[in-house]
Amino acid sequence: MSQHASDQNGTRRLRHRLPVRAWHWINLWCLIVLLLSGFQIFNAHPALYWGSASNFDAPWLEMYAMRGADGSVHGITALGPWQFTTTGFLGYSDESVRGFPAWATLPSYQFLSMGRIWHFFFAWLFAISGALFALYALFSGHFRRNFWLGTRDWRGLGRDILEHVKLRFNAHSGKYNSLQKLSYLSVVFLALPLMIVTGLCMSPTINAAAPWLLDLFGGRQSARSIHFITAFSLVLFAVVHVVMVLLSNPLRQLRGMITGRVPRSPSSSDQESSS
Amino acid sequence: MSRRPPTGTSLTRRALLQRTLLGAAALGLTGCDRLSENESVVRLLGSAETLNLRAQRLLAGRESLAVEYPASMISPVFRPNGTVDPQTALYRQLATNNFADWRLTVGGLVQTPLELSLDTLRALPSRTQITRHDCVEGWSAIGQWTGPVLGDILEQAGVHRSARYVVFHCMDQLDGAHDYYESIDMVEAFHPQTLLAHSLNGEPLPVGNGAPLRLRVERQLGYKMAKYLKGITLVEHFDDIQGGKGGYWEDRGYTWYAGI
Repeated sequence: MSQHASDQNGTRRLRHRLPVRAWHWINLWCLIVLLLSGFQIFNAHPALYWGSASNFDAPWLEMYAMRGADGSVHGITALGPWQFTTTGFLGYSDESVRGFPAWATLPSYQFLSMGRIWHFFFAWLFAISGALFALYALFSGHFRRNFWLGTRDWRGLGRDILEHVKLRFNAHSGKYNSLQKLSYLSVVFLALPLMIVTGLCMSPTINAAAPWLLDLFGGRQSARSIHFITAFSLVLFAVVHVVMVLLSNPLRQLRGMITGRVPRSPSSSDQESSS
Repeated sequence: MSRRPPTGTSLTRRALLQRTLLGAAALGLTGCDRLSENESVVRLLGSAETLNLRAQRLLAGRESLAVEYPASMISPVFRPNGTVDPQTALYRQLATNNFADWRLTVGGLVQTPLELSLDTLRALPSRTQITRHDCVEGWSAIGQWTGPVLGDILEQAGVHRSARYVVFHCMDQLDGAHDYYESIDMVEAFHPQTLLAHSLNGEPLPVGNGAPLRLRVERQLGYKMAKYLKGITLVEHFDDIQGGKGGYWEDRGYTWYAGI
């Protein structure tokens, strides 16, 4: 975005280059399919553990159904020692015992093998496009130019947090603010690679090829838990991301991410912020 | 005709909007479900299986070993899955005298077909390993397995050059109609940790875990590890066995390659 290349007529400026836009939309679809098929896979055994093996008596997260005294069935989500009634959403929905509800899984009905087939196909797509993008971003200077945090960014961090709390996002001149930089960097360099590596860590063949990965994450069941938690954090990122776009001229932002170019705003040429 | 409530119009409009949105959502859902039932879509998505197999073989090679654990990490109960108490006449009959009349047949593309009793198998040189069992559903259990290495038995039988797969025939029927079966290729068949296990945690295999003999393929998921074995055949392909996909679950949509 902060690449100050303008059209010849000077009314539009380049906001996102093609590889950025392509990766953004490929990622959107990959992450949706991976999330929904991931819920399908999770539903085959809706419980999470720490360590190498499953301690069936003490999952740290579990979804199940329970019949109450009056005969009605309740969906229960247990998080450590706490139990929450989540009937209709987690544990029991549409009159069936299942972790996540039908609308959140791909396919909608219980079909583990199909969920796995969707998951692995899109995992490849996601990993390959992610690797290509990372190469582009590193070698084209995309990261250095737009995401490298300088002294100014670190110093401005407190102010940026304050501005965000006040829901004021347009105070910067066409560059990402430090909070944005930090969140994008942690998604691209931490969360997304973590998803791939913890995913691979659940494969018994990969475990044989790289046993040190198991040690790194504290065992296969820990890797499965971290895979789930990181997916959850990505959903949170996506929600915040969409809310930020909605709060800062969404049509203009959307146009920028689709066509790459946005019209210069009439008030000032360079007042821009993006989410 | 009843009179319309004063808010009738807006209600109708809202209801209409809701119906449209619900319709769109339902369309999206059934759309995805329909894709999951479309043969060419499934074939396209399923092409990732070949990638998984090739990439993982490249990374793991032939010889890389599954992690072995200390005895302190053995799961208190080794959770049985799939069939836990076979009801077939053959199995019930063989179980009555503790599998004394049971024989494991090794046939197909071999020079010397074999018939091995449980005592013979127990007397063979064996390997003991404490490994993690990963179910395709997502859970894991750790157990200690003892039994002869499959490769040794295959060498004893003399595998024909044309053989590409080892098929395992079982005595249990999950659906009450089809025998469970599985298949692995020569790489996994001759892997040093691939066992025909007759013992779990130092005791004869319990019925729930596959008595009298089960397969252990430690770099694959649980559904590969056929229980209640009765026969092994070496084949060039498995097109003509049951559904032709190389295993009970494979015939029902699961991928043949179970390394991930």
